[in-house]
Amino acid sequence: MKQGYRRGIVHTNIQLATDVYEMKLMPHGDNNRDTSLRIEDRLGFQGNPGQFYMLRGWQLDPLLARPISICNISNGMVTFLYEVVGKGTRMMSELKAGDTLELLGPLGTGFDLELGGRLALISGGAGMAPLIYLKNRLENDMDFYCGFQSEPYYIDEIEKGVDNIYITTEDGSAGHRGFVTELFTPERYDTVITCGPTPMMKEIVKICGKHDIPVYMSMESHMACGIGTCLGCTVETTSGILRVCREGPVQLGKEVVFDD
Amino acid sequence: MIDMRIQICGVEFKNPVIAASGTFGFGRENAEYFPLSKLGGISSKGLTLNKKDGNRGTRIYETASGIMNSIGLQNPGIDGFIKDELPFMEKQDTIILANVGGSTLDEYIVSVDKLNDTNIDMIELNISCPNVKEGGMAFGIKAKTAYEVVAAVREICRKPLIVKLSPNAENMMEMAESCAKAGADGLSLVNTFNALAIDIYSRKPVFNNITAGLSGPCIKPIALRMVYEVSKAVDIPIIGLGGIMDHEDAIEFIMAGAHCIQVGTANFIEPTISMDIVDGIAKFMKDEGIKSLDEIRGVI
Repeated sequence: MKQGYRRGIVHTNIQLATDVYEMKLMPHGDNNRDTSLRIEDRLGFQGNPGQFYMLRGWQLDPLLARPISICNISNGMVTFLYEVVGKGTRMMSELKAGDTLELLGPLGTGFDLELGGRLALISGGAGMAPLIYLKNRLENDMDFYCGFQSEPYYIDEIEKGVDNIYITTEDGSAGHRGFVTELFTPERYDTVITCGPTPMMKEIVKICGKHDIPVYMSMESHMACGIGTCLGCTVETTSGILRVCREGPVQLGKEVVFDD
Repeated sequence: MIDMRIQICGVEFKNPVIAASGTFGFGRENAEYFPLSKLGGISSKGLTLNKKDGNRGTRIYETASGIMNSIGLQNPGIDGFIKDELPFMEKQDTIILANVGGSTLDEYIVSVDKLNDTNIDMIELNISCPNVKEGGMAFGIKAKTAYEVVAAVREICRKPLIVKLSPNAENMMEMAESCAKAGADGLSLVNTFNALAIDIYSRKPVFNNITAGLSGPCIKPIALRMVYEVSKAVDIPIIGLGGIMDHEDAIEFIMAGAHCIQVGTANFIEPTISMDIVDGIAKFMKDEGIKSLDEIRGVI
């Protein structure tokens, strides 16, 4: 059996940029002593790149937990990178070291870790999170294209293990002024992996389609349950209606039917 | 010895807790978190005669102490349910309610007729989904229209028949009485409240259908009042639901007159919650020296 929501303890919760935070969580001591849990869950947080957790640092207000992608797992400690977009993420940003919160996961279907060849990882804003975990787990030749609205952040983490890093900012405050889609040269890569705003991912799928290069995208959606029962996070694909939380968040870009 | 068993409409539930339609799929996902045999029953995702992909645009929207949804009855259709989902549900050792919606009288009748020959335990007739024409809420507003559909389904239905009522009915008491008179074996109430949210920046409704169904703890006091009033008005068993978040809420519904209760939105908050509510009711009964739920049903 999988376990329901369990507690985690905030190790650090650091502001990286305006409204962007990095939170590291340790498993709660209760988990270690709970013999009903699977041994791996007692030891620490689990999960593959592209998977996510539902997080709740409050009781029932807000009513729902928030889906947050895994940014890294190391020695059983999980790292989340998140953007403050509403009440829930604001409350998360106010948590301090030692505070507890509840987590459900890991959830969803992540990236294929057997990808061969040279990879381009393309992120917009905090969409870098699943791509960072992915590249930390791969040894391929990889370039990382990261787009920001303004001030870049987390560059130290992005750089580790990649061959080249390309930075763009919409306001020109650092790197190339404009969008990552303008810098990106698809023909240099065997596979492209992207996570960020939908218009960006849609453009990348379009560009790569012309060169017949496969694109995997990690999608974002509002969710109620995170486990596949509410059907609130569905996306239309060429093989039918899929749940972002279950069959996703990672989908082959050419199969996704984008809303206009 | 605590006895949580309850018999309604000729069907014995091992306890009064049923997972509500549309919040539990067909049980597959929650079965990863706890044995479904712990539950009194499961009401299937709302079924229509033909497969439906559901609504486009925003489907879920969080509001203060509640959620609004406009899923649009995404479901595999009656045949898909019988072929792909029912075999799984049959193995779970719990009571199976097939929740059936429709846009025409004929559709209800054909769907129920197909289910007559299966191993489902009960039909829960959905005349209350607000999000699609096919959900049947048109049948759930006026008592006279509801009477017609329930009477017609009753005539061909060989399973115990529960009718799920909409709180958007013109008059809940008349609606309940009509359904009982038309031959319903029991009633479940309430479905979601029709509600509205507006995105003030785009100056448009959040949902493509403009309105959507509101559920969660914010509706509980109203749902509880409706269950109380309806249980006084009809002699058939009531399944109470609407914002039940824990065993204390569940016991309130039983004290208001419900025989069984359904857990809906709370399943989204914690996948094991329905099981936790069963355990919570058992503990409450033990602590309070209650041997059977008959002792507290409709006690107020």
